[in-house]
Amino acid sequence: MFPFPLERRPPSARAAYRLTVGATLVVWLLPLAAIVLTSFRSQDDLNRGNYWGWPSAAGILDNYATVLLDSRLPQFVLNSFLVTIPAVIGTIVFASMAGFALAKHEFRGSRVLLMTFIGGNLVPFQALMIPVRDLVIALGLYDSRWSLILFHIAFQTGFCTLFMRNFIRDIPDDALDAARVEGAGELTIFWRIVLPLLRPAIAGASVLVFTFVWNDYFWTLVLVQSDDIRPLTAGLQSLRGMWQTSWPLVAAGSLLAAIPPVAVFFVLQRQLIAGLTFGARAAR
Amino acid sequence: MRTRHGSSTVILLAPACLLFALFVIYPLLRGVALSFYDWNGVDAKVWVGLGNYRELWADPVFQTALANNLRWLACYAVAPALGLALAVLLHQRLRGMRVVRSLFFMPFVLSQVIVGVVFGWFFHSRFGLLNEILGAVGGPHVAPLDSERWALYTMIVAGLWPQTAYCMILYLTGLATVPDELTDAARVDGAKDPSLLRYVVIPQLRPVHFVVSMVCAVAALRSFDYVMIMTLGGPHNSSTVLGYYMYEQTFLSLRYGYGAAIATVLLGLMSCIVFMLLWHLFYRERS
Repeated sequence: MFPFPLERRPPSARAAYRLTVGATLVVWLLPLAAIVLTSFRSQDDLNRGNYWGWPSAAGILDNYATVLLDSRLPQFVLNSFLVTIPAVIGTIVFASMAGFALAKHEFRGSRVLLMTFIGGNLVPFQALMIPVRDLVIALGLYDSRWSLILFHIAFQTGFCTLFMRNFIRDIPDDALDAARVEGAGELTIFWRIVLPLLRPAIAGASVLVFTFVWNDYFWTLVLVQSDDIRPLTAGLQSLRGMWQTSWPLVAAGSLLAAIPPVAVFFVLQRQLIAGLTFGARAAR
Repeated sequence: MRTRHGSSTVILLAPACLLFALFVIYPLLRGVALSFYDWNGVDAKVWVGLGNYRELWADPVFQTALANNLRWLACYAVAPALGLALAVLLHQRLRGMRVVRSLFFMPFVLSQVIVGVVFGWFFHSRFGLLNEILGAVGGPHVAPLDSERWALYTMIVAGLWPQTAYCMILYLTGLATVPDELTDAARVDGAKDPSLLRYVVIPQLRPVHFVVSMVCAVAALRSFDYVMIMTLGGPHNSSTVLGYYMYEQTFLSLRYGYGAAIATVLLGLMSCIVFMLLWHLFYRERS
């Protein structure tokens, strides 16, 4: 193992190590601490110039009350969920179907198709911006949730298909062939055999897609505009315009906005990391 | 083993392919086509051939944006180095390390909007923490976000925070795959950790270096969110990047064709990276 395992060093070395890691972690998370502290700060603190010190204790939750009760933030949070959840489900379903075909079916052009999916996934958003916006307008979907949902499904499917395909490739053919001998169709096999075996891959892909879609900012600027539809990222930005120098409100809003992806991350971190490092293993 | 299945293959592939063709492939081609027209988004398009590109060639803001993208790319080389350092620090099996690693990774799951806002506060010209610190040690007052020279780098610093976390995770997975026999053998021969890192571990991690640099290059070229949140390309367009300049030209100046031409240049840069990646991925798989 590299570096030298500390279990085999004296306790003093381990204590020194823990101290070093702790100090590094504190520095590393300072920006986060700044948001947390700022979210508790009152307007009084700001007026006294206390931008970075300890917030005064009075009305410590006032900012959260303002953000939750007197702003559109709850609506933005809801909007984000209403876009992200359908986008995750759609991506997973379509990507695992295509991944199954690419892994287990023989057909001409399969390699080109897979390359197209991967390459397309790295395209800069700006190269798609004008035509996608026009398309969405032509379909009558501009400023609707469906514009974001459909685009995200289409775009994320590229990456997820590769992900699913590599996973499905490792499923033994015997299981599929046994079902085929009994006369099951390919779609039945996909639904009854492949999908249940895919559970770990689905968890990994879902948490990745969730994070990407939830944090997307660009398309929320390009495809939607009204407050009833706008997801959090764009919503936060418009609140920031409204609150201007009221940092504590922005901080409280940002923290609330960060809760869902952070929560998903801590629950499914093993799967997320497996998903993120998947590229590293694919390139091996 | 793969077998032929005809119509069911088509059904399985249809939804993914249709959506991908409609929302990625077709827009991609149409975007490139659009770059040969003059268009304000409303009236009829006028064919101008390479006119937009000729104008780009002489456009000083475009040159700044392109240079800034390259600077961003160069500075993002810090992320793999720092990421590897963090990974080496955190690759221990002691109790509680799993939680610590997750905490280090957390910046990556935060939205860039939030990261941009916090770093904007840190560098704020009047109330920023940087100025409080500099003031406390008797340093000068600084306003990097208002400076043509430094605004770009404030955003890069912000971007490096989550990007380093990402690199760290990739390297942690890589370190776990370095075979124990290799490190043990080198230690028996008297190698200490620094030389082990230099001569054994870093060469062993070659596939990870490749992925990490790809990931960082793609992120650097994609930079948009931080510009939108922190500087809006200012002051005087000094901190703009291709992604933002394209957005600005299209929606603020209503020059759709010109915007499409900027996007096409960005696409060209990205294609170099994509081709390297695909070649690597499939060449390796075949051999």
